Amino acid sequence: MAKFIIDGKKIEAENGATVLDAARENGIEIPTLCTHDEVGSAGACRLCVVEVKQGNRAKIVASCLYPAEDGIAVDTKSERVMAVRRLVLQLLLARCPGSGLIQDLAEQMGVKPEPRFTADTDKGKCILCRLCVRTCEQVVGVSAIGFSFRGADKTVGTPFHENSQVCIGCGACAYICPTGHIEMETTKTGDSRTIWGRTFKMATCKVCGRYFAPEDQLKYISRTAGVPLENLAVCISCR
Amino acid sequence: MSKIKTLDDLNQAGKRGLAALIPSRIKIMVGMATSGIASGAQEVYNALEAEIKERNLDIILSRTASMGMDCMEPLVDVLLPGKPRLAYSKMTAKKAPALLDQVAKGTIEAIKPFYRMDEEEFIVLGGAKRYFKGAAPAYLRGIPTIQEIPFYKKQVKIATRNCGLIDPESLDEYIAKGGYFSLYKALTGMKPEAIVADVIASGLRGRGGGGFRTGLKWKSCRDAEGEIKYVICNGDEGDPGAYMDRSVMEGDPHSVIEGMIIGAFAIGSHEGYIYVRNEYPLAVKNLAFAIAKARKCGLLGKNIFETGFDFDIKISKGAGAFVCGESTALMASLEGAAGEPRAKYIHTVEHGLWDRPSNLNNVETWANVPAILTRGGKWFAGIGAKNSTGTKVFSLVGKINNIGLVEVPMGTPLKDIVYEIGGGIPGGRKFKAVQTGGPSGGCIPEKLIDLPVDFDELRKAGSMMGSGGMIIMDDRTCMVDIAHYFIEFLESESCGKCVPCREGIRRMKDILEEICAGKGQAGDIELLQEMSKAIIDGSLCALGGSAPNPVLSTIQYFRDEYEAHISEKRCPAAVCKALIAYSIDKKKCTGCGVCRKKCPVKCITGEKKKPHVIDRKKCIKCGACYESCKFDAVTVK
Amino acid sequence: MKKDKTVEKQVKEIVDRYGAEKSSLIAILQDMQGAFGYLPKDALIFLNEVVDVPLARIYEVATFYNAFSLTPRGKYLVEVCAGTACHVTGALTLMERLERDLEIRCGETTGDGMFTLEQVRCLGCCSLAPVMRIGGNIHAYLTQDEIPKILRNYRQ
Repeated sequence: MAKFIIDGKKIEAENGATVLDAARENGIEIPTLCTHDEVGSAGACRLCVVEVKQGNRAKIVASCLYPAEDGIAVDTKSERVMAVRRLVLQLLLARCPGSGLIQDLAEQMGVKPEPRFTADTDKGKCILCRLCVRTCEQVVGVSAIGFSFRGADKTVGTPFHENSQVCIGCGACAYICPTGHIEMETTKTGDSRTIWGRTFKMATCKVCGRYFAPEDQLKYISRTAGVPLENLAVCISCR
Repeated sequence: MSKIKTLDDLNQAGKRGLAALIPSRIKIMVGMATSGIASGAQEVYNALEAEIKERNLDIILSRTASMGMDCMEPLVDVLLPGKPRLAYSKMTAKKAPALLDQVAKGTIEAIKPFYRMDEEEFIVLGGAKRYFKGAAPAYLRGIPTIQEIPFYKKQVKIATRNCGLIDPESLDEYIAKGGYFSLYKALTGMKPEAIVADVIASGLRGRGGGGFRTGLKWKSCRDAEGEIKYVICNGDEGDPGAYMDRSVMEGDPHSVIEGMIIGAFAIGSHEGYIYVRNEYPLAVKNLAFAIAKARKCGLLGKNIFETGFDFDIKISKGAGAFVCGESTALMASLEGAAGEPRAKYIHTVEHGLWDRPSNLNNVETWANVPAILTRGGKWFAGIGAKNSTGTKVFSLVGKINNIGLVEVPMGTPLKDIVYEIGGGIPGGRKFKAVQTGGPSGGCIPEKLIDLPVDFDELRKAGSMMGSGGMIIMDDRTCMVDIAHYFIEFLESESCGKCVPCREGIRRMKDILEEICAGKGQAGDIELLQEMSKAIIDGSLCALGGSAPNPVLSTIQYFRDEYEAHISEKRCPAAVCKALIAYSIDKKKCTGCGVCRKKCPVKCITGEKKKPHVIDRKKCIKCGACYESCKFDAVTVK
Repeated sequence: MKKDKTVEKQVKEIVDRYGAEKSSLIAILQDMQGAFGYLPKDALIFLNEVVDVPLARIYEVATFYNAFSLTPRGKYLVEVCAGTACHVTGALTLMERLERDLEIRCGETTGDGMFTLEQVRCLGCCSLAPVMRIGGNIHAYLTQDEIPKILRNYRQ
């Protein structure tokens, strides 16, 4: 167990826990955008920064990755911390002016757009939190999407921005996307869905007859889990 | 080449090497580092080779790299047995026959040597070897010795000890200079702990940027848990304006290899990687050649010096990404991924390459190690400044007379480097600032010219050591433009992983761009400062964490220039195109017409021998007229 | 079809040189860039079949590093050094002159396929600033005046 202080409160955390884990355990809110239980932390959004003091030294760290250590004192709302969060939100407001999530966060924290930053028009709602890419790789296991280019040109998508042959249309990326940038469209009848430019035929449940999953996804599960495709022909509600 | 397994083998190789370094026949060496070749050294070499063959002369023609004075290249050194070594500067292929004539005659009539060397220092072994006995011949006394050349006078060469003196492809010559004796000593006579202790005692700090204590890093990696550990050499010298690591890799690759083997033995590693910039083809070539040779001789591979210690090195070429100079990004790149850094709350000495303990040092750091091992940590600690021991190699470039690579003891005053070694500013212009630390560093103004150059003093002045680039700027350098230059560089080199760096730097760039374009607004300076603080605090890695430094330091020392741009829409250094205009001084213009001919958009008119005029509406401000006018009649404001 | 076969053969040879594991990816791509002058899409898709790396990761690496190009480069790569020493000695002027004379922007290739103009982040030849590299040859202490003649020499 690591014993330390957060916002003046003495707390204990299990070994291996991060400062963010410990804070949440103790009801202290730290805003985050790029961390998720399913895929872990990336340290990319920097919204979760906190100030860690150890003796005379103070530093700003990402709480989602920083290990809870004995004897540290964490300030989750110091002036330095708030300055970073303010800038991060102003930068994201300028990058994704259409994102309701970012607008809400900014409003909660009383952050106004910086007039010197011209709003982008080409980034959609993508804040590059990396949740989709990590989900596709770590949870789904297909790596259909990834990053391309770097710096300000960095984008998320399929290779060559063309139909991915390995995408199974599961939609996990769209479900996890916090801003709604990734669009998945399903036809009225539900017989097909389109994501990343590719249209997937949906399979019907043998029992209820409703469309419930892309055929490619069922084939993928069958192949990787070694389950005959027939065993996957029933939707969760009917199973 | 036979195996080198024993002390006797080393001594034999050393003897052969010494006979090649100071031969009993005439020897001509051409400096063929990248800078030499770019100045025409290959043509000089080819001409000499052809001429020697045609005349059937008994002359050894060999290659070396660069001793640092790149502005004098191509450099050709001539060694006549029993005489001082003579260096000829700015050689050309045309001069080759005349040089050979005077070499054969033993005169210096046709081409005057740049300097002479009476002796050659053997820093690892300690002491120097004279090229001849007694006094220098009378006809050479008028030629200055290398120590009398201001550029070299205050230099102390440890890391670059062999550069420009040996053939980088010759293992024997490296051994003759004391090479691999340190490794022999380490493997056969020292415990790993004792090696680590000696490196700690030397006070050596990482030459790549951060200045972390090398010995302590080694100790942490040695103490880290894990069967497999790696040693890595960072040769991804990405700082623009810096090329010391290129010089060492090109000129003395074995010093890096030997340093790495010693480090590996001290740490308990059997696998090493050298990550070299893609932009350095000759460095890759020379390193690969040296590694292959060392392997062939048994200095790399299994059972080195029959001690049972195994170690080998692989070269990895970078693919053009500045961020890969950051250790975790470099490791990601070695693993075959995009060079994105990760948080270093868990250190790479514990979890580095493939999650295993990894010790990374840069080229110059590794090159220092053999010298420290033989001469002792105490010896090294006695050189330089208190908390910055030893020497540091700097690339002294930009608006300076003597451009080149210099190695000086830490703590050498900036003034000595700029005015004595560097010979001051060309064209009688005024020294304005020196930029150190690359894009992570800052600009040190003229008023701090007495600053002793070491890790701590540079940091106090708002800059940093970085890898050792020193770019001299004169009064024709606009400091806002420089800040914009670095920020633009970093914007395009940001990996894009974290928000403050990816988004923040480009917003800073936009603002700086507007200031340079005369569209700056009141409050911009304060906004830049505020953003800088948050970006430094909030970024994931050192690239973003230091990116605002060039902006902060130029605001700190040259705020008036920012203000002139913003409120007066004026660029005091006459650089920012939107804010300047070219004109011709009627009194000075002779009407020679050169500028009229040079103007690419034909916006200069005038009759012969009568003052010319620039049509400002058509002028694209390329400066071709300004550059070509011999009468200083073109002015820019 | 015949052409594709040779591409596949070349890619296979390169992969054999370094091994099919992920850590070889950058070296493989470097050799592919050298062999083809750029990274053709078909070659990358084929590479995905023979190495143990998802196409998304290959594309990520291929677009991350400056050394790789996804579009064909011209016969000669014209690289203007943008190192600090070159910047303070007038690299920008050189770039602008090249853009005007070649009638392309930095990053583009001339219509005749002769030249691709790029900026390079310091060639480490700071002592020769400003410098430009064409087809691997470094031109030192360059002035904008010399550019037309140099380009003419390469055109011939």
